[in-house]
Amino acid sequence: MDWLGIVILIIKCIGLTLAATTLFAYFTLFERRLLARFQHRIGPNRAGAIPLPGGRRVLGGWLQPAADAVKLFFKEDVVPALADRWVYLIAPGFAVVPALIIWVAIPLGYWPDGQGGNYLHFAPIDVGVLYLLAVTSLGVYGIAIAGWASNNKYSMLGGVRASAQVISYELALGLAVLGVVMQAQSFRTEAIIAGQGQLWYIVPQFLGFVIFLIASTAEVVRAPFDLVEAEQELVGGYNTEYGSMKFALFFMSEYIKLIAMNAIAVMLFLGGWQFPGLAELAAAVSASAGDTIGAAVFGLTSLGAFLLKVTVLSFVSVWMRATLPRVRYDQLMNLGWKVLLPLALVNVAVTAIVNVLLPDAGLLAALLTGAIGLVVLLVGVAIGQPARAQSSVTLIPRATHQS
Amino acid sequence: MELAVFAITAAVALTGAVAMVLSKNAVHSALFLLLNFSAIAVLYLLLRAPFLFAIQLIVYAGAIIVLFLFVVMLLGAERHEEGADTLGWQQPTALVMGIGLLAALLVVALGGPLGAPAGVAEGYGAPEAIARALFTDALLPFQVTAMLILAAIVGVVVLHLREQQRG
Repeated sequence: MDWLGIVILIIKCIGLTLAATTLFAYFTLFERRLLARFQHRIGPNRAGAIPLPGGRRVLGGWLQPAADAVKLFFKEDVVPALADRWVYLIAPGFAVVPALIIWVAIPLGYWPDGQGGNYLHFAPIDVGVLYLLAVTSLGVYGIAIAGWASNNKYSMLGGVRASAQVISYELALGLAVLGVVMQAQSFRTEAIIAGQGQLWYIVPQFLGFVIFLIASTAEVVRAPFDLVEAEQELVGGYNTEYGSMKFALFFMSEYIKLIAMNAIAVMLFLGGWQFPGLAELAAAVSASAGDTIGAAVFGLTSLGAFLLKVTVLSFVSVWMRATLPRVRYDQLMNLGWKVLLPLALVNVAVTAIVNVLLPDAGLLAALLTGAIGLVVLLVGVAIGQPARAQSSVTLIPRATHQS
Repeated sequence: MELAVFAITAAVALTGAVAMVLSKNAVHSALFLLLNFSAIAVLYLLLRAPFLFAIQLIVYAGAIIVLFLFVVMLLGAERHEEGADTLGWQQPTALVMGIGLLAALLVVALGGPLGAPAGVAEGYGAPEAIARALFTDALLPFQVTAMLILAAIVGVVVLHLREQQRG
């Protein structure tokens, strides 16, 4: 690799990082507006409004993320006196880095560079799916060590909860992804997208999709699984002692992880950047305006299709947050270990059996796998009872001080 | 380029290992161990074994260290304990064994002409190749390991049940 290649690589990485953070900024606005709508409010609608003649104002609120960023930048930056200084300071970075580097393995679109490559896929790794899982599982460190280093009991509880929760849901998440890997017979992300040319994997892997959606929400510790920062019990949870930009980094990593999880779900189950008619459009443009412009059109339209699908899933995330109350801790553990993990194992077994028995019947095998998955899911929902409250707390009598 | 990456990674791995042993705080030790594991994952990449890279990150960095941190944080065991070291015999033993290992490595490294490794075949460390080896040539060890892990899981459940009955 020559120096020019390295410079191009660095520029690409900076571009990707900026894109991810911009996406985060506007996701917060998207979420605030939607949450407001769900709660019959209006939400932030002032910053940056453009006045029109006649007293009307349009695009209200589009500068709200910038206003939030300025506010956070100018807040006072405090390090608690009894915090473990170095660990306290590196924790926000630890949280953000996995959230950003996860994006390199996700194909954001298809912009052929003429040499068999793709401009919108930064790292075509052999084991792309495993890379995604690995980086996801690193995401918990930021939370866990932030909770520990703050030297605050509420932060600490948040950190302990985070590590237990992420470890528990990682298994179900990995097994749900494994179903897709078996369906595509490859760990390569581009092969998984190519395998969905005819039929999106949400059909054969419907059960896997449901498991992935639940487990990924728990993995990024978002409502209804946000016990890590349950404000009624833990003040602010792991980030109680963080302020200013350090808090903003946690906030940012949480949202970028969420968007990345939605992007991974789109890639695994909803066909990635594929959309009916894109290839025909690109071919028509290529024929009339040349291959370069055709490739550019293909790249931009496929990126648009990808972002559209991610937006749809993001809407579902906001919807879940606005609808579902937070689960109890024992419910969280029961759901992860006793419901999602067995269902994911059944899904893997069904996928393996059907695809071995019917190796050539692509559509039939897909429909059969999907139908069995649906039946398993329905049976699971029907026989699964909501766990009763575990109220068997042993109280330890407090030692009284007697002089 | 490759040499530079190797030198940096190796230095990071060694620093992490030494700092892990020397630091008094268990959480710091766990974090330095994480640094060491991550550096070793990068070394696997340099050896053209992306599968091992991912597995190293998922299993060691993503699960084992998180469990270490969880237990240490839950028990509040990270502070350095005052009082006499009851495991005093461990340090000299570890020192002797470490020197023995180093000597063996030096004998191997200096004794024979290692030279460049034979060119690896295409797809040597690929998941398919590893899976094939695991399920054909190494099937028995694989199954035995699975039984071992199963026994450990059963043991945990049994211990937990006994504690529940007593309590």
